[in-house]
Amino acid sequence: MEPVRLSSDHLVDVSDLHFNYDGRPVLQGINMKIRRGSVVAIMGGSGCGKTTLLRCIGGQLRPSSGGVSVDGLSIAAASQSALYALRRRMGMLFQFGALFTDLSVFENVAFPLREHTDLSDELIRDLVLMKLESVGLRGARDLMPGALSGGMARRVALARAIALDPMLIMYDEPFTGLDPIALGVIGELIRRLNDALGATSIMVTHDVQESLQIVDYIYFLNGGRVVAEGTPDQIRASDDPFVHQFVHAKSDGPVHFDYPAAPAAEDFRLGAAHG
Amino acid sequence: MNRTVLDLWVGLFVAMGLAAILFLALKVGNLSSAHLSDTYVLQAKFDNIGGLKVRGPVKSAGVLVGRIADIRFDPASYEAVVTLNVDGRYRFPKDTFASIYTAGLLGEQYIGLDVGGDEKMLQAGETIAKTQSAVVLEKLISQFLFNKASEGQGSK
Amino acid sequence: MADPLALIRRLGAATVDRIWRLGFASRFLLAIFVHSGAAFRRLPLTLREIYFSGVLSLLIILVSGLFVGLVLGLQGYETLQRYGSTEALGILVALSLVRELGPVVAGLLFASRAGSSITAEIGLMKTTEQLKAMDMMAVNPIARVVAPRFWGGVISMPLLAAMFSAMGVFGGWLIGVVLIGVDDGAFWSQMQSSVDFRYDVLNGIIKSVVFGFAVSLIAVFEGYDSVPTAEGVSRAITRTVVTSAMTILALDFVLTSFMFRGN
Repeated sequence: MEPVRLSSDHLVDVSDLHFNYDGRPVLQGINMKIRRGSVVAIMGGSGCGKTTLLRCIGGQLRPSSGGVSVDGLSIAAASQSALYALRRRMGMLFQFGALFTDLSVFENVAFPLREHTDLSDELIRDLVLMKLESVGLRGARDLMPGALSGGMARRVALARAIALDPMLIMYDEPFTGLDPIALGVIGELIRRLNDALGATSIMVTHDVQESLQIVDYIYFLNGGRVVAEGTPDQIRASDDPFVHQFVHAKSDGPVHFDYPAAPAAEDFRLGAAHG
Repeated sequence: MNRTVLDLWVGLFVAMGLAAILFLALKVGNLSSAHLSDTYVLQAKFDNIGGLKVRGPVKSAGVLVGRIADIRFDPASYEAVVTLNVDGRYRFPKDTFASIYTAGLLGEQYIGLDVGGDEKMLQAGETIAKTQSAVVLEKLISQFLFNKASEGQGSK
Repeated sequence: MADPLALIRRLGAATVDRIWRLGFASRFLLAIFVHSGAAFRRLPLTLREIYFSGVLSLLIILVSGLFVGLVLGLQGYETLQRYGSTEALGILVALSLVRELGPVVAGLLFASRAGSSITAEIGLMKTTEQLKAMDMMAVNPIARVVAPRFWGGVISMPLLAAMFSAMGVFGGWLIGVVLIGVDDGAFWSQMQSSVDFRYDVLNGIIKSVVFGFAVSLIAVFEGYDSVPTAEGVSRAITRTVVTSAMTILALDFVLTSFMFRGN
């Protein structure tokens, strides 16, 4: 059994997190406190470091400095076995589901149960069907992942992520590449499962409108920093230029369309003597 | 893939592989026929061993009775000392004759044991006293030519 | 810009890169050994990989072995006939197969049939984030994915090589004895008197075990180390086949020079 910890109000605590990739700073001093039971969205443009942040919370990447603690355990200092023990209580939904292509839908959901528990086959069967039922795919149990649509694959992956009733569920771009109906279904599922399981959810996304409807709190990331945060209502009402640009999908604003480059005049050698 | 079908195939595969190894050992190799499990050592000294090789056969009356274990040069007597591993089932008399023969005109060379009539048997580790060296083709030819030449001189 | 130093620098960089990869591969092998517990405790995992790398390679191995034996029988007969020693056909066929052709050709076929598919499978799992997902589910991918495939290959390879050799001897017998009419008794008895179990058969088996280790390690390593894109996986597969072939031939030379000193 897990030792009893002084359980604080916050499940995830990110303090002054820095992360460098090949000497290039990706995260530059992130601070975040995520309350138990809440659904939190981390938003920002592509390449702003939000997926990196999620990887740091899951312990897949070690921060360059600063710390992340989940349920009182410091991720950076944890040993491999402590990290694995913690991950059994975490679920993660990857961008395209990352289902095991050589296993059927049923076996995919059964995978964590078979790996981490000694439950009988019948019990595993019941549990798997319950999880599949909760994402509405009980009838698809015998399909192979290749036969699933993008939205269905993600729902199966969601059923797999919650197979061990995790305390923390992480979503990496759960809405990418889905049609509006599937998108609504996934969004509703994220909220419903979080409340039903009494879990805490963090999702990384750039889909503003869908997120605003289901989350409790939003962090905006830009250039490796938190530039804005707040509840959906606060965000909608915000006059912060960045948030405004993002929420209303403007191409012009603090976020530039161009990748950082040397001044154009220099690059095209204007004014420089040719020959 | 069904578990039982998969298990069946893997079982069949492993059985076939082991059967192949068994086939190589017993039918292709010499594990069955010439398995010299219980052997004793004899030695023999030759003036010239020709092309004799380690692991070459030792035969008596044409039957394989052992293998050559070691060949070395004795710096004291300037002879080749050949160590034989002989099948424990067979005993040979003291006056056994060890000769080096060639199987066919160009075949491999082997040691033939020609049995004498002594009552006493050779004991393990003993040396065979009577040996006949290998026939070296060049010597044979030159001898032949020399004889022909001297014959021609004599008849003149 | 003809800079002679640039060439040397490129050579140096390539060398450093190779050595780095070799070091990485050895650490990887160590990790496989450390995490091999599950591969043996949960036998179905490894059995499944024996099925994929062994059973599915059966056909190509048996057919190739038969044809190699047939060719050896024909060519061997042709040559031995000139010296009037056609009874030695059995020796020629068996020794070439058991010592060299069995392990080497079976190894090459194994690398291109099973090795490439192992690399493709692991590479694809990496590309589609399946390995990361497994790691996030607190299941070590080296223990769950890599080690069973590695041991499946190591177990399959010597069995395949033995079947290849046996099939080849059968092919040689088919040509020599059944078709051409070499004496059946002489064929087998000459073979048996010249093929030593320890010296020839066992050394051949040792070779095939070594090749099995080498090809399996290369296959899982290239898959695990592949760049997670379609192009990266296809290049990893090519590297598996090429590196395996060169490694088998180089190792074969080294092993042969140690095993068969020809005294």
